Amino acid sequence: MSDADVIVVGAGPAGSCAAIAAARAGRRVILIERGPFPGSKNMYGGVVYPRILDELVPRWWETAPIQRWVVRRSTMVLSETGALTVDYRSNAWGEPPYNGATAYRPDFDEWLSRQAVAAGAQLVTSTTVTGLLRDASGRVTGVRTDRPDGDLTASVVIACDGVNSFLAKEAGLYTATDPSNFTLGAKETLALPKHVIDERFGVRDDQGVDIEILGGTSGVNGGGFVYTNLDTIALGVVLKLPKLAAQKKRPEEIIATLKAHPAIAPLIEGAEVKEYSAHVIPEAGYSMMPTMVTDGMLVAGDAAALCLAAGIWLEGVNFAMASGMYAGDAAAAAVARNDVSTKSLSAYSDRLNATFVLRDHKKLRKVPGLVLSDRVQQKYPAFVTSVVERVFRVDNPQPKPGLRRIVREERKRAGIKLSQLIRDGWTGLRGFG
Amino acid sequence: MTSIDRDTSWPEISFEERIGTAEFRIHERAHIVVDGDTCRGCSTRECVIACPANLFVPTSDGGILFNYENCFECGTCYMVCNKEGAISWSYPEGGFGIVFHRT
Ligand SMILES: Cc1cc2nc3c(=O)[nH]c(=O)nc-3n(C[C@H](O)[C@H](O)[C@H](O)COP(=O)(O)OP(=O)(O)OC[C@H]3O[C@@H](n4cnc5c(N)ncnc54)[C@H](O)[C@@H]3O)c2cc1C
Ligand code: SF4
Ligand code: SF4
Repeated sequence: MSDADVIVVGAGPAGSCAAIAAARAGRRVILIERGPFPGSKNMYGGVVYPRILDELVPRWWETAPIQRWVVRRSTMVLSETGALTVDYRSNAWGEPPYNGATAYRPDFDEWLSRQAVAAGAQLVTSTTVTGLLRDASGRVTGVRTDRPDGDLTASVVIACDGVNSFLAKEAGLYTATDPSNFTLGAKETLALPKHVIDERFGVRDDQGVDIEILGGTSGVNGGGFVYTNLDTIALGVVLKLPKLAAQKKRPEEIIATLKAHPAIAPLIEGAEVKEYSAHVIPEAGYSMMPTMVTDGMLVAGDAAALCLAAGIWLEGVNFAMASGMYAGDAAAAAVARNDVSTKSLSAYSDRLNATFVLRDHKKLRKVPGLVLSDRVQQKYPAFVTSVVERVFRVDNPQPKPGLRRIVREERKRAGIKLSQLIRDGWTGLRGFG
Repeated sequence: MTSIDRDTSWPEISFEERIGTAEFRIHERAHIVVDGDTCRGCSTRECVIACPANLFVPTSDGGILFNYENCFECGTCYMVCNKEGAISWSYPEGGFGIVFHRT
């Protein structure tokens, strides 16, 4: 008999949700994590969009380790000295069932893994999976670990091993690793007294703020973010890998420049760096996704590039939790019918296709490329902020110029062709719409 | 109320202090090995700019000095490096390496 029905590799959000689903279906589940505790290796910007948890952990908000409930979401466009912000606030988001929450991943992932243990999964930490076990036909039959006598066998392996997924690569599910599909996220967790954060961000109690930033990354294609925790602020940048390497500016220098921007500096002034961290994001979305199913194995979460990083959105935990859950369900069902072939397991990919997981990605598949394009990155922030600057500037006794003239002049100054602007606008409208 | 003094409390920290804010449980086996000879012929040096932990240090004789100890295990280096065989990359032993607390 095999050691388990289902082995889940990686106790991030994808892995824990896969383990919860498979264990609830009555399967024997081993959940393997290389860190000393779940979440110890994991870093992100800072907001969990929790709707999918309603299904998995009813009334999750009563026990989940949340920092603040997001009641304000902003998108900021930064030029060198200017800033244009679109800011939406809803205090209703600060009440159950909530729309988004800031949380530390070492807290959140550990909490989620406890739900898997409560469902009956066996959690094994401090154990690195080093490879796959396969039978003569190539079907995946288990994993190799760095423990002495560390081979573990199972009917199905679910690879939830994150963005570098060596397991998906070993199984041949990715064709190649193209660095331009990835961005590096580097972040500072900055400490400030709670009441200072409340005042600066216009919130109180456990209300929080989520700011996504376009521009402000020192000419490296990417973006930035600012999130509020209870007594820290998460501030970071996301940088396109080949562009970063080509630029002569290091990640922490790009963070320092963003921190000094006139629109950002007052928010974080006086804050002390509590923790510096970094992690890679599978940024390219739909176009980079691997095959998700093979004989005896499924891939979920970042391992399957199911992360949505498209300018005003930076979502991955929710996609990881959902895809993990669907993988756990499909694995359990395949084990129950004693058939773990690709065909039998493909109920998983069908479910991804039928739900937000792949629908969002398909709908927005052009957006990551657009947002990270040279025009949107290098030219549009200056263009947009200078148009708005001139609309709001009062130049008495000069009469106000018409909007059309301002747009024309600023577009020319920024070196943007009208045809290109229309084309990008159309791609954006279609992509987002 | 805590008052914030602009001039003195905008702490510019050194890279050592920065990396010192993260916890690393160091194993004696190096999980990443960089082949200095291969690096000697590399003119682009992507790793030197991109590694968020600043672990790739150019030496005066054209090589690269690498220390695996304060590594985030992010994967950036093997992705940006264009030279086959320069970087051998794996995860550290279970339980070792970077341990985040407030990210
Ligand atoms: C800078 C940045 C900002 C982000 N901001 C947000 C945000 O605000 N909101 C949001 O929803 N998403 C955000 N994301 C994306 C989000 O972090 C990921 O999409 C999400 O963590 C994916 O979850 P996962 O479970 O698939 O992978 P991970 O969270 O990476 O978990 C993988 C797990 O597998 C373990 N593991 C890996 N290999 C092995 C092995 N060989 N053996 C044993 N264990 C192994 C790891 O230790 C880890 O615990 C951000 C990402 C970054 C980098
Ligand atoms: S590791 Fe790669 S990028 Fe860095 S110096 Fe060596 S060959 Fe060049
Ligand atoms: S994995 Fe990341 S932190 Fe570690 S050496 Fe490579 S680039 Fe630097």
